[in-house]
Amino acid sequence: MKTDDLVAMLATGADAVDPRAVEKRFALALALGLSGAGILMVALLGVRRDLAQVAMTGMFWLKLAFPAAILGGTLSVTMRLGRPGCAAGMGWLVSALALAGLWLGAGAALVAAPPALRPHMVLGDTWRVCTLCVAMLSIPAFCAVFWALRGLAPTRLHQAGAAAGLLAGAQGLLVYCLHCPETTLPFWGVWYVLGMLVPAALGALLGRVLLRW
Amino acid sequence: MLLAGLDGDARAYRRFLDELAKRLRAFLRRRLFDMHDHVEDIVQETLLAVHNARHTYRRDQPVTAWVYAIARYKLMDFLRTRMRHDALNDPLDDAADLFEASAEDASDARRDVAALLDALPDRQRLPIDMVKLQGLSVAETARITGMSESAVKVGVHRGLKALAARIRGQR
Repeated sequence: MKTDDLVAMLATGADAVDPRAVEKRFALALALGLSGAGILMVALLGVRRDLAQVAMTGMFWLKLAFPAAILGGTLSVTMRLGRPGCAAGMGWLVSALALAGLWLGAGAALVAAPPALRPHMVLGDTWRVCTLCVAMLSIPAFCAVFWALRGLAPTRLHQAGAAAGLLAGAQGLLVYCLHCPETTLPFWGVWYVLGMLVPAALGALLGRVLLRW
Repeated sequence: MLLAGLDGDARAYRRFLDELAKRLRAFLRRRLFDMHDHVEDIVQETLLAVHNARHTYRRDQPVTAWVYAIARYKLMDFLRTRMRHDALNDPLDDAADLFEASAEDASDARRDVAALLDALPDRQRLPIDMVKLQGLSVAETARITGMSESAVKVGVHRGLKALAARIRGQR
């Protein structure tokens, strides 16, 4: 086929494009990811029984603020990386700042505590399952975010994959916070972060394969 | 021109793609000085990619940056397949002057997109043939094929993406 004919074909019957196509796609992906994680959490783990009481405490909202910040940052990065020629923007910085804040707080808490208490501050009661649970709850979001990206045109596949994976991890963690009883920052700083890094690493590895177009 | 095309003006979109084809040709001829017979194939593949990705263009973005990123992506993909071990020393930066030159004369592409289109399944081939090649409306196509109007639109959309995938697979 001659290029001229190809151009004629492409231009014929070309519909107007929805200017908010990208945003709508991600809104749907987020809805599916969060509700998928929610369903898994309720079915397999159960919402924490004291949710009503603990929702009054500052610690609970502080705990939610961390994945919320990562979610906001990585959502921005992932959406931008889905557009060719668009820089990743401030999202990575926002996420890094949230992480730094958590680690500083965790470090301060450890230093302030008597040495005998420190191991429990880091390990809590659920360290064996926490990372796995967060990663598992991220699975629906992982599928949803990659579906969203596959409908776009990412040109930096490893970075886009990593951002998408971390976005999925943040969604899994956000929902997991409705179940998890741990209240110490050092615990969050290790196991919550690891839980998000699992889908992030997976996304970075699979980016080249899953996101080609 | 791109913006008018994105808002549904088919003539403006066609002019945009025509201009883009010429500039892509010049850009690629400079980059692929020893592989000229592949240039037209990559021009066609990039035009299809631009069309399939047109919903990702942000209105406040410079068109050059958007188009260049797609062209560079497709070129790198092509080179990665062809030259598995050679590292590319040519730095692919400096978007500004890359689209200055324009090459009118199209050589024949090695790959025949028409043949690839024929190999698509009917639910994609028929909508593309009728809507895009024959210029029928979606409603007419739906009536003739017995498919629903949304199935026709989906068929065109998915068919063009499948076409891009087949082109990639053939490399």
